[in-house]
Amino acid sequence: MPGEKGIYMKQRLELKVNGQTYEVLVDPWQSLADVLREELGYTGVKVSCNSGNCGSCTVLLDGKAVKSCIMLAPLAKGKEILTIEGLATESNLHPLQEAFIEHFAVQCGYCTPGMILMAKALLDENPNATEDEIREGLVGNLCRCTGYVKIVEAIMAAKEKMKVTSSR
Amino acid sequence: MGPFEYFEPETVEEALSLLRKYSDTAKVCAGGTDLVVRMRKHLVNPQFVIGIAGIRELDYFRFEDDEGLRVGCLTNIRTIERSPQLQERYTMLPQVARQFGSIAIRNVATIGGNLCNALPSADMAPMLIALSAKAKLVSIDGERIVPLEDFFTGPGKTVLRADELLVEVRVPTPPPHTSGVYQKYTTRGGEELAVVGVATLVTWGSKDERCTDVRIVLGTVVPAPMRAKEAEAILKGKRIDDELIEKAAQIAADESRPRDSIRGSADYRREMVRIITRDVLRQAFERTQSAR
Ligand SMILES: Cc1cc2nc3c(=O)[nH]c(=O)nc-3n(C[C@H](O)[C@H](O)[C@H](O)COP(=O)(O)OP(=O)(O)OC[C@H]3O[C@@H](n4cnc5c(N)ncnc54)[C@H](O)[C@@H]3O)c2cc1C
Ligand code: FES
Ligand code: FES
Repeated sequence: MPGEKGIYMKQRLELKVNGQTYEVLVDPWQSLADVLREELGYTGVKVSCNSGNCGSCTVLLDGKAVKSCIMLAPLAKGKEILTIEGLATESNLHPLQEAFIEHFAVQCGYCTPGMILMAKALLDENPNATEDEIREGLVGNLCRCTGYVKIVEAIMAAKEKMKVTSSR
Repeated sequence: MGPFEYFEPETVEEALSLLRKYSDTAKVCAGGTDLVVRMRKHLVNPQFVIGIAGIRELDYFRFEDDEGLRVGCLTNIRTIERSPQLQERYTMLPQVARQFGSIAIRNVATIGGNLCNALPSADMAPMLIALSAKAKLVSIDGERIVPLEDFFTGPGKTVLRADELLVEVRVPTPPPHTSGVYQKYTTRGGEELAVVGVATLVTWGSKDERCTDVRIVLGTVVPAPMRAKEAEAILKGKRIDDELIEKAAQIAADESRPRDSIRGSADYRREMVRIITRDVLRQAFERTQSAR
């Protein structure tokens, strides 16, 4: 048994990220965030607290927000992973990304990928979310710069745009 | 974090034989929202991690006519929060789930992990104890059913053996005219763990105005979630008015055993037990009365 001899085997893992399928060899103690960043180069996944508290590492698994820093990578097997890199198309930013720029909802930008993906999950689930529901939905995403006002404004503006453009 | 060997059993049997084999050197990982944090801080350093998320047969809930609700250990908190059936038949459980972490935590955190991790602040525990829920624990040798009231033995401690898995939570159907309210109190809101958590479950007699049964269960302010039995006793069988509620709340506060911590001094927490207990009792009594 490798574990008993102190030799640990890497595991082969198939992950689907932003529509692409990858096969990676991971150490079983790597978090999903680490695998996405270090092995696959998705550095839009930000790691700040590395303990589940700040939300900067938020990604969507089958459309559901999760904190990838406290998830062992194998838990994402068989799921569609969406990171911030998968949101824009070749020619267009996503309405949430546009709105974050227009409303100056970005300062240092570290929380932004997580904020935008959390907001996407909220609006996909409830396209008519009220400001209160959006604020409540963002309790797990911390921003140390903006004071949240601009972020909430941006999401409220994007909400209207997302209703007209078909949701993506 | 690590190193460790990682297993992904696909059936309960496989998981149980791994648990028997590696016992104390192994840890079960469900959603990992507690375990990964604890491993990263080196509070636990298992040599083997048994990931059970792939055992799909453990992710369910269903209603059995005679025995009430059965919830598989892998059911996540978000599912409990959003289920229309639970909202209708066990309103108090989604009401607890809404106060749990954030959406991204609830999407992953499982009911089994919350109970087995056994923090005094575990939000699912007090209401489940109030509802007289039981846990089904299995090992290679067989199964046993343990009332949740007897499951927790101290902070992070339970009666679960190293070779056992908690596979199911059984929740009896609440009697008619029953309502439950849980309130978690935090100092700054958001995703914080509870400073005080109190669940109450109140049943009214069908004929008169008396409260036929009441449960008050404290979380966080005790080493392990605990019924405030003296407070319950002064309400049971009585006509309830505000004075009696105030009295019961004070007794519950006296029964609590809070400690000083960064989230509040013992005195402050004891006073908050009184206030939160009073509030949840008032709400539960109002709800049962308006439903009658
Ligand atoms: C940011 C953040 C916010 C949080 N907020 C809250 C909150 O508001 N309220 C709250 O109560 N908790 C909260 N938690 C704690 C945690 O999310 C919950 O306790 C969660 O329910 C744990 O479930 P899990 O599936 O992730 O457990 P895991 O981390 O997978 O497991 C927890 C423990 O239980 C054991 N275990 C798990 N499943 C079983 C099983 N079926 N049989 C035997 N043993 C098992 C594991 O070995 C481990 O020791 C929070 C955590 C974080 C990181
Ligand atoms: S980096 Fe994952 S929650 Fe902070
Ligand atoms: S913009 Fe800096 S943390 Fe949010």
